[in-house]
Amino acid sequence: MGQTLYDKLWASHLVEEREDGTALIYIDRQLLHEVTSPQAFEGLRLAGRQPWRISANVAVPDHNVSTVAAERSQGLAGVQDDVSRIQLQTLDDNCADFGIPEIPLDDIRQGIVHVMGPEQGATLPGMTIVCGDSHTSTHGALGALAHGIGTSEVEHVLATGCLIQRKMQNFRITVEGDLNPGVTAKDIALAIIGRIGTAGGTGCAIEFAGSAITGLSMEGRMTLCNMAIEAGARAGLVAVDDITLNYVRGTPWAPTGEQWEKAENYWGTLRSDADAVFDREIAVPAKEIVPQVTWGTSPEMVVGVDGRVPTLDEMPSETAQSGLQRALEYMGLEPGMLITDIRPDVIFIGSCTNSRIEDIRAAAAVLKGRQIASSIKQALVVPGSGVVKAQAEAEGLHQIFIDAGMEWREPGCSMCLAMNADKLEPGQRCASTSNRNFEGRQGAGGRTHLVSPAMAAAAAVAGHFVAVEHLEEAV
Amino acid sequence: MESFVVHEGLVAPMDRANVDTDLIMPKQFLKSIRRSGFGPNLFDDLRYLDEGVPDADNSNRPINPDFPLNFPRYQGASILLTRENFGCGSSREHAPWALVDYGFRAIIAPSFADIFRSNCFKNGLLPIALDSSVVDQLFAALYENEGFSLSIDLERQVVAGSGFDRIAFEVDAFRKDCLLRGLDDIDITLQSEAAIRRFEAKHKELFPWVFDKVSI
Repeated sequence: MGQTLYDKLWASHLVEEREDGTALIYIDRQLLHEVTSPQAFEGLRLAGRQPWRISANVAVPDHNVSTVAAERSQGLAGVQDDVSRIQLQTLDDNCADFGIPEIPLDDIRQGIVHVMGPEQGATLPGMTIVCGDSHTSTHGALGALAHGIGTSEVEHVLATGCLIQRKMQNFRITVEGDLNPGVTAKDIALAIIGRIGTAGGTGCAIEFAGSAITGLSMEGRMTLCNMAIEAGARAGLVAVDDITLNYVRGTPWAPTGEQWEKAENYWGTLRSDADAVFDREIAVPAKEIVPQVTWGTSPEMVVGVDGRVPTLDEMPSETAQSGLQRALEYMGLEPGMLITDIRPDVIFIGSCTNSRIEDIRAAAAVLKGRQIASSIKQALVVPGSGVVKAQAEAEGLHQIFIDAGMEWREPGCSMCLAMNADKLEPGQRCASTSNRNFEGRQGAGGRTHLVSPAMAAAAAVAGHFVAVEHLEEAV
Repeated sequence: MESFVVHEGLVAPMDRANVDTDLIMPKQFLKSIRRSGFGPNLFDDLRYLDEGVPDADNSNRPINPDFPLNFPRYQGASILLTRENFGCGSSREHAPWALVDYGFRAIIAPSFADIFRSNCFKNGLLPIALDSSVVDQLFAALYENEGFSLSIDLERQVVAGSGFDRIAFEVDAFRKDCLLRGLDDIDITLQSEAAIRRFEAKHKELFPWVFDKVSI
């Protein structure tokens, strides 16, 4: 019987398997950031342990950094909040103490850990990759096995080079066909989560396959795998192909020369065999996917931009009904209202889901020569890394945003989780390209609608949600 | 890690599905570099009427009287009863740290999110998945009976309480052993140090590029 891509990655990293089914998996790369690592380093120190293999690790500050240029230019001294500054300083200190390579805050390569990793070639096909962040699933887009882990596991990987795991189930989601106009990887991800639910992939590694997936750029594949965790799956995967290899070739830390030849030959085998058997399979025809907008407080509460907020009688169970009621109350929405009647106050374009150059270009294409609506109180564009920022500026995209009335910021996680000063006020409604619309996620009392970058840009111009193809009629 | 063998305690409800780790432990408290002290900010957005800030004194903050954990009858609870997909979202271990710091030793739900469940086991907090019909019955009993408590026997893998004889539950054998003995994962893994070294040497031959130290 053939192997799935996940089976292959698992087998090539399996150190030992115990009788009870738990296994030790060798970890090739650990990415570290300031929020989930301090307690792990402290644990090492208390136990008198050293990192198993320094070269496995790369650190970068991202979650808690300011995105304001005037503050960033002063480095750590520019961080206004004392608690945040101590956390950032602690990452610097821990990396210095243990000899772990860290991209500093003022380096052009600094960025959101899941943007920086693939961009620098810190994460490569065939690797096992972990990070104390659930969106580590992003790196599966490279044909790598990438999981989010907790801080105890960060410490475990630092100390042992391994992770204790049980093998997950193989789940393949196939999206065949041509995408409808305006449909992006984000819409595919949200449409899938809408179908299978936020626990639909629990216990699984999801492989995304089909012509609509192989037709995506690497940026798009990263957006899709990034959202695998919002479907409950710790890992998302896409098979390696020429698009993968062309992306990886030329990244700064990718192997070169003979090593590249060797790596490329191996990476070419990183696909599920034709006769591989999956524990679960579903097909989502591309033609059924339209641009998506979430209306509730869970990513599964999602509908097409041409749709309506659901009504109570559409809910299958009592728990779902009370969930809907609570969500609508929190979101300040009426059952049955049109999605296009929802009017955001704030626009956020950024996050590890949608802050890569393709995302910035997509938003700029909609905003070019246009102005944001007067009802928009704040509109942030936060590139995913210094490299993305520089590329966008070289293309003149930043000027499009600025001319439209938006703010062009410095790289970081920003308003996706609102750990820094970028957050919603209570009751504010945001069209956001991030990944979670949980209560309070973007600020206590804030209301989040998840959309693609083009849809966020269209909402900024129209002052309400609208399909990009109907934007002209809406303004 | 504190071991978990038998635990008897008062049960408190968190009667909603898909409780995410942002709700359990809001982001502003993640700025802490410590592992303890998160209990007073567990479910902060629901528990208090004002917005919580890190490192503040929580004792004088206005309490939300409608939030069940604030009800007098649930004070001192150590078992949380909740709905499906508890702990979804962010991998933040601050969520189980807060639950443990508050005083919870076990959580009963129809299902848990993967990363959260794994984080619980590493902190002596036992996640127990039971059929949703059983969870429905437990909720009914909890609402009906003030002082409703349950006893959990991890060795025998049963939950029992007034009106509930022996509810069996499944638990990963490895995790069970670690909890019963209060074992630290790292010590267990380092018993395989020789096997890891052997694997690593072979892995390096096959995939040498993985071992290059990145140059910053």
